[in-house]
This record gives sequence, C-alpha cells and structure tokens, in this order.
Amino acid sequence: MPTTRFESDVRLEEGRSVIDLRGDIDGAAKDDLTAVYEQASEGGATTILLNFAGVEYINSTGIALIVGLLGRARAEGRSLAACGLSDHYREIFQITRLSDFISIYPDEAMSPSDTERS
Amino acid sequence: MVPHTLRRVMFRRPRAAGAAAAPIETRAALPSEEKGAEPGLEISPNDPIVPYFQSAPGAVELRSLELDSPALEQMRAQGITMVVPLVTQGELIGLLNLGPRLSDQEYSPDDRRLLESLAAQVAPAVKVGQLVREQEAEVRARERIEQELEVARLIQQNFLPKELPELDGWRVAAYYRPARTVGGDFYDFIELPEGRIGLVVGDVTDKGVPAAMVMAATRSVLRAAAQRLLEPGTVLERINETLCSEIPPNMFVTCLYGVLDPATGRLRFANAGHNLPCVRSGNRVAELRATGMPLGLMPGMRYDEAEAVLDPGAQILLYSDGLVEAHDSEREMYGTPRLTELIGSTAHGERLIDRLLGSLQAFTGGAGEQEDDITLVTLRRSAADHVQLDEFNLQSEPGNEREAMRRVERAVASLDLPAKRLEQLKTAVAEATMNAMEHGNGYDAEIPVHVSVAAGREAVTVRITDQGGARSIPDAPVPDLDAKLAGEQTPRGWGLFLIRNMVDEMTVSGDERNHTVELRLHLGGGTDADDTL
Repeated sequence: MPTTRFESDVRLEEGRSVIDLRGDIDGAAKDDLTAVYEQASEGGATTILLNFAGVEYINSTGIALIVGLLGRARAEGRSLAACGLSDHYREIFQITRLSDFISIYPDEAMSPSDTERS
Repeated sequence: MVPHTLRRVMFRRPRAAGAAAAPIETRAALPSEEKGAEPGLEISPNDPIVPYFQSAPGAVELRSLELDSPALEQMRAQGITMVVPLVTQGELIGLLNLGPRLSDQEYSPDDRRLLESLAAQVAPAVKVGQLVREQEAEVRARERIEQELEVARLIQQNFLPKELPELDGWRVAAYYRPARTVGGDFYDFIELPEGRIGLVVGDVTDKGVPAAMVMAATRSVLRAAAQRLLEPGTVLERINETLCSEIPPNMFVTCLYGVLDPATGRLRFANAGHNLPCVRSGNRVAELRATGMPLGLMPGMRYDEAEAVLDPGAQILLYSDGLVEAHDSEREMYGTPRLTELIGSTAHGERLIDRLLGSLQAFTGGAGEQEDDITLVTLRRSAADHVQLDEFNLQSEPGNEREAMRRVERAVASLDLPAKRLEQLKTAVAEATMNAMEHGNGYDAEIPVHVSVAAGREAVTVRITDQGGARSIPDAPVPDLDAKLAGEQTPRGWGLFLIRNMVDEMTVSGDERNHTVELRLHLGGGTDADDTL
C-alpha cells in the first residue's frame, strides 16, 4: 500500500484552532506536525481541535508524536480535543489512555465551539 | 340522384417502409352483413391506378380512363363506373365506388359535387377509424407478448432450484435475475451417489417461451442422464443427441456440467460452449477450460473432460454471459478481465455475488434495460486447519509496513473477519513489521522481512520474520501516559503495547539467523457487540 503523505491545514477561530490532518501519521509526519501545532497556537488558542477525518493510518510513532503534542499543550495551558477518529483509532486512544486527556468528538460539528463552551 | 351502389374499399397500407415492395393487401373492409353481397377489391401497390387516384382532383369516371391497370379491369368487371378517391393529408386511404345511376343517366355536376364533398368529410373520419383499429391491434399484440413473457418467467422459475444444497464444509450461493424478455438461463444442483453433487449452468439461445421450454427440457434430460452416467463428458454427449432431434434448428444450448466431490474438492467437468468457470485459490484466479460445442447443434459431438481440485479456502464461480456481455452507456462490454480482477480481490460466496452485482451496476450505470438473464453460482470451500493464505517478502524500508497490512488484509479476506478484528490484526501486523525492519534488519533495504499468513478453524496466524537472529523482547516498561506526560518516560515505546492489545497471542521464536514474531487472532472472537466502542 503506498503511503499517503501527511498534510495539514490550520483554521484559526476565536479562542480555538482547528487542525485538519490528512494522510499517514507516522515518523515522517514529525516535523510537519510540530510546525502545524505551532501555527495553531500562535493566535493564543486555548483549545486545539485535531480533526482526524482525513487520516487513514496512525502507527506507534504517530501515537508518540500525539503524546508529544499533548505534553506540550498541557505545559502551555492549552487543551487538546480530537474528532473524526475511526472506531479503530478511537479504541487505540482508549487503550493508550490518550482519551483521558483529549476530549473526543465524533466529528467537528459535534465538538463544542468556543462560544458554546464559554 | 343518389347512386344505387356505394362501395367502400379501404386500403390497408403496410406499416413498415421496408415492406413496401411486397404486394399491398388491400381488401374490402365492409360491415359483416354486407360481406356476402359486396365483392372485395385488391389493388397492388404497384398498380398505376394508385398514384392516379391519389392525385385525382375529384371523382373519376372509369369509362374514359386509359390505364394499364389490373385493378381498373377488376372494378369495371364489378360494374363500377365512377370512383371518388378518399384522400387525406396526401394519403389515399380508400375509394367510394359507384355503379351506374338507376336512371342510367350520367352523373350530373351536382352529383359529383355532392360526392366530392362527401368524400372530403368521410376521408379524415375513415383515417381516424383506421388509426384506432391499428392502435387496438398493437395493444392486443403487446398484451399477448407480456402474457407470453409471464409464462416464460413462470416456466423458468419453476425449473430453477427452490433451495441451495447444504454441503459440509462448503458455502453455496446462487443468484438469478431474468431480463424483461426472459432469456433461457438455468442452473441446477443434482444430488448424486456417494455424496457427490452435479453442478449445472446453462443458457438457451433465444428468449421467451421457446427458450424456457428448451431450458426445462434440457434440465430434465440432464437430471436423468446425470443419475445414470458418471462422466460429465458422456452426460453432455447424451443430452446433445437428445436435443439435436428435438429442438428447433435455430436454437442451441450452452452448458457447463461438473461433478464435485465435496469431501476432496475434486471437480470433474465438461463444457458445451458455456462461459468458463472461474476459480480463486489463494491469490490466484484461473479459468477452468474444457472444450465442446454447444448442445443441439450437431449430433455425434464429443466433450472433453477436465479436472480441478478446489483447495480449502478456494471459491468457484459459475456464470452466464448476461454478466460479462452487459454494456455500459458507451457500448463497452463488462468483459472477462474485469470479472477475474474482481474475483481476485474478493473471496467470499455471498459477498462475491454482491460485489459482482455492485460492480455491474456501477458499470452499466443502472441505465437501460438489463440485456440478458444474469446467473451467478458460487461455491466456497472452508479453509481447513492451517491453510497457508499468503506469504511474501518485504524490503526493509520505512513505510513498507503499509504493504504488509494490505497483503495481510487481502489474504484474510475469505475469513470474513469482523471489521474491528481486521483493523486490530492490521495494526499488530504493521507494528510487528516495523519492529522487524528496524530492530531486526536495521532498515537495510537489502534484507527482507518475510511474512506468512495462515488460517485454521480457530485462529488466523501471521508470522513475521527478520534476520536479526534470536533475541528476547526487551523488557521495556509498560507505557504509562502519566509518566510520559510528566517527562518521566519517553513519549515512544507503544509498539509492543499495541501489538499485545490488538491480537490474542504473541509468541517469539528465533535461531542464529532469524527472529520470528507470531501473531494469533482467534476466529469467532470480537462479537458485534464489541464493535461498538
């Protein structure tokens, strides 16, 4: 299976940023993922929503990258949320306990917007 | 002043333009009570009197007419002296024929004017009458065709198997959908001595009731012959002899007949010009060939016999040309290559039929009428214990674990794993392959990782071997997210943790050269309830 290159976009909203992730989250995504996290936190967002709807594959290295992002976000006083995970990767988020620290929503429409939260 | 005879002669024009050269049957269309008294009149379409009447400005006196016309002679013989052509929209649709006046006087200009005025009003009314009658005839013809098709459908349904055979260790599925015009497809399962089973798929040329009748006859002859004769080729020879003497000369039957021993998977078959069955075994797809002429064409034919063994996990598809000869909107044919490719990427009985129908629907776009009957019959043999499903080598290059996932997914397709279990197996395979490429082979592209996939009744087993030699699994701490977030553990170290959580068993073995991780996923585990997280 050809690997699918990691790509991402950031949408800055009031109080939060949404990162749309696409492709494979593995070791090759490290630099891009770090860069996009930094871009998302520039506006001072208190919440960063990771949208996994376009992600087909996350391996253990990808999990480690997400753990890294989570650690960094917590250190910076931001919360991470996730949406668009497949059932399988939702299970992996539960097994790894990532879901204890990252709020998981089925899709972006069901995640609370900043105004709803305040 | 009123003519003593008024004869109406109507032309019945041939409807198809191509039929114009044939003699037009023009006959007197008279109310039934007049039929005995009024002789009919036939006018050939080539008769020069037709164009003459068609372009005549009004009533025509026959006495002064000079034409080399058989119809003219006939009319004179019948005592007709004057004709008023009934013309509407340039078309001659009938004639008002008059004999001599009772007074024997000539018709006066007033008479002629009256007749012409009458003709002008009658012509369109007659035309309407003709159209209504044609319309009614068409409706009746359509109803008759529909009734015939209904009869054909009933015959066919009645002679197709009511239920599928239950064969130990096999999964049988069948699908039949007639075209609107009802072709002559059929299939059958015939119970034979010693637990064997006869498999039949056939197609009668022609459509409708005649095809259905021949189909029913072929099936009966085949059933009788199959009980008496062992060899499929001999059975087809016998049917051919019977059909040659009994079916219409323009019809014939293609038919595949095979005898399957479900215990061994041995299939002996002969083919009378029918589509070749497809067998998928492992990842190979093959067509089963045996040559022979269609049935009912010529007596004295011989039918080659061939044999194939359907291994555990193998699946055979028998089908009719309605599938492969379906066209898309560009008139391209579905074709056998598309079929074999689809079979190669599927493996399961019912599911193969669903996939074929889905693929066909996507191909034809659902537009237009189904051209021919579609018949699909599949038999899949269960995988026995420890059947090798696939094995392959991968270069130790980053990202190649995705290829391992893809190949394993394809290899286990026939096992029908629940989606959740399949994803778990794929993740475990990916992680174990990454470990093998990295820790065993040091990501040296020249050193391959070997993957083998096998299945038994209880479990599917994937063995992943690198050339790093025997080594024990590092006694790494169980990843602790709190510790990782607190910076007390590296963020990494999830691979083995994931593998252990994804599959039911993981064992490690090795020697001086090789190191193997064996992953086992129990079949029957992971219920649907587990699927909802």
